[in-house]
Amino acid sequence: MTQPSRGGEYDVAVIGGGLVGSALAWGLARAGQKVAMLDEGDIAVRPSRGNFALVWVQGKGLGMPEYAGWTKKSSDDWSGFADLLREQTGLDVAYRRPGGFMPMLSEEDLQARANTMMRLHNQPDMIRYPYEVMDRETLRKELPFIGPDVVGGTYCPLDGHCNSLRLLRTLHKGIGLLGVDYRPNHRVERIEHRDGGFRMTTAGGEIRAGKIVLAAGHDSARLAPMVGLSAPVRPQRGHVIVTEKTAPFLHHPTVYVRQTDEGGVMIGDSFEEAGFDTTLQPGVSSAIAQRAIRFFPLLGKLNVVRSWAALRVLTPDGFPIYEESKTAPGAFVATCHSGVTLAANHALTLAPLIAAGGLGDSFTPFSAGRFHVPQAA
Amino acid sequence: MFRRLPEIETALNAAGQTVSFTIDGRPASARAGDSVTAALLANGVTACRTTAVSGAARGPYCMMGVCYDCLVTIDGTGNRQGCQVRVAPGMAVETQNGKREVER
Ligand SMILES: Cc1cc2nc3c(=O)[nH]c(=O)nc-3n(C[C@H](O)[C@H](O)[C@H](O)COP(=O)(O)OP(=O)(O)OC[C@H]3O[C@@H](n4cnc5c(N)ncnc54)[C@H](O)[C@@H]3O)c2cc1C
Ligand code: FES
Repeated sequence: MTQPSRGGEYDVAVIGGGLVGSALAWGLARAGQKVAMLDEGDIAVRPSRGNFALVWVQGKGLGMPEYAGWTKKSSDDWSGFADLLREQTGLDVAYRRPGGFMPMLSEEDLQARANTMMRLHNQPDMIRYPYEVMDRETLRKELPFIGPDVVGGTYCPLDGHCNSLRLLRTLHKGIGLLGVDYRPNHRVERIEHRDGGFRMTTAGGEIRAGKIVLAAGHDSARLAPMVGLSAPVRPQRGHVIVTEKTAPFLHHPTVYVRQTDEGGVMIGDSFEEAGFDTTLQPGVSSAIAQRAIRFFPLLGKLNVVRSWAALRVLTPDGFPIYEESKTAPGAFVATCHSGVTLAANHALTLAPLIAAGGLGDSFTPFSAGRFHVPQAA
Repeated sequence: MFRRLPEIETALNAAGQTVSFTIDGRPASARAGDSVTAALLANGVTACRTTAVSGAARGPYCMMGVCYDCLVTIDGTGNRQGCQVRVAPGMAVETQNGKREVER
């Protein structure tokens, strides 16, 4: 039996039911905590329903080697995570790790990419992992359908992908089975830290909990200062196009194009600063479609069945924020730009630490304090 | 089993135009002006494809371009809506097994 906890009905309230909140709630409940997950309704800004589904390692962490190590750890733990989810829920999130490619369309781009990878791996305290810079012929052996404009690319055997919509659904089923109290239509308006616990004013009434985790995506920026935290995130729009389902022909994910487990081809990787506007920009869609066809000309034969735009949750340096409040202990924030990739870490590593009561020193680099260093003129 | 309405059959016979095409390589004939889907139904082919994920059999439903259940391979191109394409002399129509193949 769970003991009634200090300051509230729940040991932990996770605010936000996207990929970050759901993975944390799953891990917290597995660690024996009594958990509520508070979420908005069906209509919400929610990149967890609009992303590209890569579980991606290569190239991440230039400027913060700890992030490279954190990402690699999640990639290493992802397969076991997918197994746990399958055993628990009977659902397969289709995680595959065949290695991923970043194809390049000019010699300058390929050289710049090779330099970036080298600088990344030359950082002090960098966790090293294998990658290759490939010329056109080597690349073509692995990706036989590349077009004449592709000059080469980089490859990393750790890169993979999953079915990310099914991941969100599976996590929600999993937390249900673990007894998490999922509360949609409970948008948190206000949080008060009182008597060693937390009181949340929500659209569905007051909720109390001993600890809270802010995993509200874009809204964490508004909520964080209520409990002495900071989450300076901004929306960055990305477009995605999906084609009709075809027999498997692309056996590795790339940053720009991947074929899903069910056969549709996803085309992505646009970056726009457009505030909270999620309207589809035909100009952007056609630009990413044209680029994809330069990579793989046979995509030109396929019919498009859907396209959309979604908003990345981005910190100023693109790296995650994980932190416990100093003024309101028990309040944590978790936000990141790669919630699919990091789902294994959130569920298997971060959640047990929060359940046990603290993040420890290894998380200091992820504190939002790094954005508050006075800038030299 | 589908049959043409008798009065239409008579009118078409009077006009006398038939079109020869193939279904999965077998010779078949239709009336000029038939959609590919109508031609398949008239030739007794009711299940024209299996679905891309579970492999369940599917046949045409709406005959007017909205349900996408009439998908077939026409002259080598998969996922074409048979109800939106007029059958033509010599056309090679194939029932579609699962996903479209983009490589051919
Ligand atoms: C185009 C695109 C492509 C991407 N591709 C990848 C990829 O390939 N790989 C990868 O790892 N990541 C990718 N991402 C990023 C990934 O989708 C996000 O990191 C992840 O979805 C963030 O999840 P989240 O839970 O933090 O945020 P969200 O999905 O925004 O979830 C936040 C949740 O909190 C709820 N909420 C908000 N405010 C409140 C409140 N006040 N009270 C209660 N609930 C609230 C919302 O309704 C929502 O359900 C991509 C993102 C985009 C936009
Ligand atoms: S039968 Fe419905 S789209 Fe062709």
